Amino acid sequence: MNKSLISIQDFTKEEILHVLETAKEFEKNRTQHILDGKVIACIFFEPSTRTRLSFETAVNRLGAKVIGFSDASNTSVSKGETLKDTIKMVSNYVDMIIMRHPLEGSSRYASEVSSVPVVNAGDGANQHPSQTLLDMYSIMQTQGRLDGLNINMVGDLKYGRTTHSLLQAMSLFNPEFVFTAPDELKMPVEYKDFLDTKGIKYTETDSLEEHLDDCDILYMTRVQQERFTDPMEYEKVKDVYRLKSSMLKTVKPNMKILHPLPRVSEIDQDVDDSPHAYYFKQAENGLYVRMAIISCLLGYR
Amino acid sequence: MESINKELKVSALENGTVLDHIPAENVYKALDILNLRGISNQITIGINLNSKLYGKKGIIKIADRFFEDDELNKLALIAPHATVNIIRNFQVVEKKKLVLPASIEGIAKCMNPKCITNHQPVKTKFRVISENGEISLLCHYCEKRSDIRSIF
Repeated sequence: MNKSLISIQDFTKEEILHVLETAKEFEKNRTQHILDGKVIACIFFEPSTRTRLSFETAVNRLGAKVIGFSDASNTSVSKGETLKDTIKMVSNYVDMIIMRHPLEGSSRYASEVSSVPVVNAGDGANQHPSQTLLDMYSIMQTQGRLDGLNINMVGDLKYGRTTHSLLQAMSLFNPEFVFTAPDELKMPVEYKDFLDTKGIKYTETDSLEEHLDDCDILYMTRVQQERFTDPMEYEKVKDVYRLKSSMLKTVKPNMKILHPLPRVSEIDQDVDDSPHAYYFKQAENGLYVRMAIISCLLGYR
Repeated sequence: MESINKELKVSALENGTVLDHIPAENVYKALDILNLRGISNQITIGINLNSKLYGKKGIIKIADRFFEDDELNKLALIAPHATVNIIRNFQVVEKKKLVLPASIEGIAKCMNPKCITNHQPVKTKFRVISENGEISLLCHYCEKRSDIRSIF
């Protein structure tokens, strides 16, 4: 492929499937030093634990070395260096840049000034494509297919970038959606328009119970305090849904619960032991999918 | 007879471009989009002129200036029904209609306060989307869509 991954829509259906197939191979054997001698920069201008650690682990397990920073305050960025200059400089040193930045569109811009492939590890509320790919991998591994599934997205569908990107990517696989959200956090019109133009069916509800029993994937999300400008609005909706194991008695046997993590109160601890809980394994899948993304983009798979 | 002569003195162009049927309220924006502020050419501007078709219209006449189609087509964002007359030796030698460009660079600001283009020296880039007569711009960087009326 030898290109950047900025937005999930940069990948064709074939490229998505290629990355997912490659991830299967890394799940079987998770130490493969195919990138021996390479150096990859992980530059995080904004805090992250899961994403940064899994990307850095992926680089290490592929045999490459990591350089970078996890906090821009100790770098020249704090002296006022532009993103362009930082990227120009780093791309001269390394074979790939993995970056997270609080400003939206920053990764796209970085990919235009960089001489090496850029992987977007989150640009504000915009895109987080490796999360989308690991969500798809988790769906494929639990359901045995991606086609024709019923996906129920729950929680913050207004600000949650993971649901927006997953919706766009899964629309390639003939799905049916349920959007479970309170009025304040409903799926934005532009995404519903997108589904309408593709002829994909969706229903909306504000009741978590209503469509628990007919979905294959229950995609739970956290109501993210940091995306709200009005604290009152956040207080109104922060505890709107709470999934408990007692609610899972009549769900489909193949139904799996996904969550991009971290969770707060939307999934009760007692759900963790249910055979339907998959979110910790989902986070583990992030490692294999990120190994696949890196090796595919560098042309090694 | 005298009054007609006076009017001709102001409005007749020997050579240049006449942009007609601009919505009256968008004349100043049109000057900005075409980068006409501060140039030394003679420019005649009419605002709130009566128009049979559009009620009130605006008109801009620029002497000794001819535009590339790409430049003019940017005007379609705010004046989709504008007409362009090319004048040579007092004669209209060509009439053009505007075509909405597929993308624009460097002429609008993204509405998203968290967009990289509003924080760093990055030239803006948008894809132009026209749906049901409404024009909106999709930011190449932050992927947010803005209504054209909120941008200009």
